[in-house]
Amino acid sequence: MLEKINAPSIRPVASADLYDWDELVQEDRVHRLIYTDTAIFAAELTNIWGAVWVYLGHDSQIPNNNDFVTTKLGLRPIILIRDSAGKIRALFNRCTHRGTTLCRKERGNAHMFTCPYHGWSYLSTGKLRAVPWPDGYACDFKDAKFNVAQVPRVDSYRGFIFGTLNPDAPPLIDYLGGITGPIDEWLDRNPGGKVVVCEANRLKYKGNWKLAYDNSGDGYHVVFSHRSLLEMENRLADEANKGMSYYKGSPDSKAMYMRYTGNGHHFKDKRPNIEKRSGGLWAVEGPAPGSEHYEAEFRRRFGAKADDILDLAGSEPVNINVFPNLSLLGNHIQVFDPVSVDETNVTWFGTSVVDVDGTLGDALDEINALRMRTQEQFPNFGEVDDLANFEEIQRGLACLEDEWVYMHRGLGIPGRIKTDAKGEVTAPATDEAFMREYIHEWKRLMKASPNLVVQREP
Amino acid sequence: MSLHVQSTRDPSLTSYYVTDAFYRELIASFTDWQRDDREITEPAERERFRALLEREARLLDQLNFDDWLAMYAPECIYWVPGTPNGGDPRREIAMSFDDRRRIEDRIYRLRTGYAWSQAPKSRTVRMISNVEVFAATSADRRMVRSNFLISEFRPDGVRFLSGWCGHRFVARNGRWEIEVRQVNLIDCDQNLRNPSIVI
Repeated sequence: MLEKINAPSIRPVASADLYDWDELVQEDRVHRLIYTDTAIFAAELTNIWGAVWVYLGHDSQIPNNNDFVTTKLGLRPIILIRDSAGKIRALFNRCTHRGTTLCRKERGNAHMFTCPYHGWSYLSTGKLRAVPWPDGYACDFKDAKFNVAQVPRVDSYRGFIFGTLNPDAPPLIDYLGGITGPIDEWLDRNPGGKVVVCEANRLKYKGNWKLAYDNSGDGYHVVFSHRSLLEMENRLADEANKGMSYYKGSPDSKAMYMRYTGNGHHFKDKRPNIEKRSGGLWAVEGPAPGSEHYEAEFRRRFGAKADDILDLAGSEPVNINVFPNLSLLGNHIQVFDPVSVDETNVTWFGTSVVDVDGTLGDALDEINALRMRTQEQFPNFGEVDDLANFEEIQRGLACLEDEWVYMHRGLGIPGRIKTDAKGEVTAPATDEAFMREYIHEWKRLMKASPNLVVQREP
Repeated sequence: MSLHVQSTRDPSLTSYYVTDAFYRELIASFTDWQRDDREITEPAERERFRALLEREARLLDQLNFDDWLAMYAPECIYWVPGTPNGGDPRREIAMSFDDRRRIEDRIYRLRTGYAWSQAPKSRTVRMISNVEVFAATSADRRMVRSNFLISEFRPDGVRFLSGWCGHRFVARNGRWEIEVRQVNLIDCDQNLRNPSIVI
């Protein structure tokens, strides 16, 4: 058992005492301050980014012992590493001596980290290995306080690695709860239920991180914010059925739906709009570089199986949103990463498939090549317009006297929103019910006083 | 569209040329090509390609996409890698990897009037320098390296995008056409704000 140490010992004003949270987050609207106030952002770093399970990275980014990637937990720089014994750890990227970051690379393989500043070195377990000229110290460097601080709870679900500083958080599997069903289905459509992260479309916007999470399940914006994309991807189509065309007309009468599964997580399921057959997904995929060539090639080589293969390059029509920072959509693993109260990184990690049983053979590179090209479409031609709109929200919220932001679509209409025995909430695709549910969970978290800890090797 | 291209294979409408063999050849031709032993130092040759790059920069600054695209071969690639060494686009996501049809998609979208990331449109001024011409594996092709600095104005200020381009030109129809344009931003592997212009 590792030694756990309460941190920090000196704290600013507790989040619970900052505001009357019930005033800021109401049934149908939220106050502009939740997006603009630096004190709230600072409190979120503890109450959200420290207190709930936060997505840190994917198994496929660190396949071998001593593989690491650098990432963040809120603003805390983290080295996510599979240590020399194969255990996944999230080390604070911070020398215990003077606070210097130990690792400046984005990825690599290292069995130890040596601080560039004064040469203190640490094993991949976080344990202090040596300090230069130790005879100049009176202390005992065997004291655990000199080992690198690390995230006390790191766990993964089917390759998705999460961490939390909160000893009172539920087990990861309970935190994820009902959202594991959609995650399983998203994975299991790929051979062996596996995907591999393969670089990313990396974007950022000048706006609060919650604007991205508000949008993550928003079916209301699609035909407006993405009008240029919808027009573009259907410009050559015989019938305008490509991409998210099903949002046109009366989207709430369609079979798609949104579902809030608890703990801030929610799911937009657009699959019922698509013909449920082999090749159904590929049939609505917009044009991509190589589409016609690969389709002809796979049909020639794989016959009836070609449709299944082409569907692997099609965008799975779901949005699986895991609070606060993970979104699975199409074939992407999208990660939200707060930079400051009004700046956020959104990284669209691409995924490729693996040939688990040899059935794909030499077609693997070709399938993935097509899958790379379909994945580049939305970040290039869709996401950029959303991010522009998020930035314009942030600008609009500079109007101090116009205080409220509404999220009441669907609220108060009898029979529209259904809650099942498990407490999961289902509503039409354009409803903002998920937004209201998650922001109330956010409010509950902001009222709390979590007791965060770090741990160090003993 | 050029006459020799069959209508069923019109690369503006369908995409048959982006094949595994195409990718392999592309990766090979963009590997280890900036070599002293392949450099073409003849001033007239260098000036010819410098003029083409300067014209391309001007057309993009003017948002004159029709004339810009007319500089390209029918089967062309606009490639903005997401990693500093270009990488293997079959196995990794690029910032952009457009064939001709997707380049035309890109232009079409910008012209819809609903591309909010370009409303209002960015104003840009591009500077091209350090133009070097290299022989390619076939006599009818040239590889050209150039450095660029794009000043981009949006309503909240001016920012700079910088990097270098690798152009592959092909001699065709009595002129040099751009077959591949690889745009290497110096911060291509970082999170970028609103990369919605043609870089």
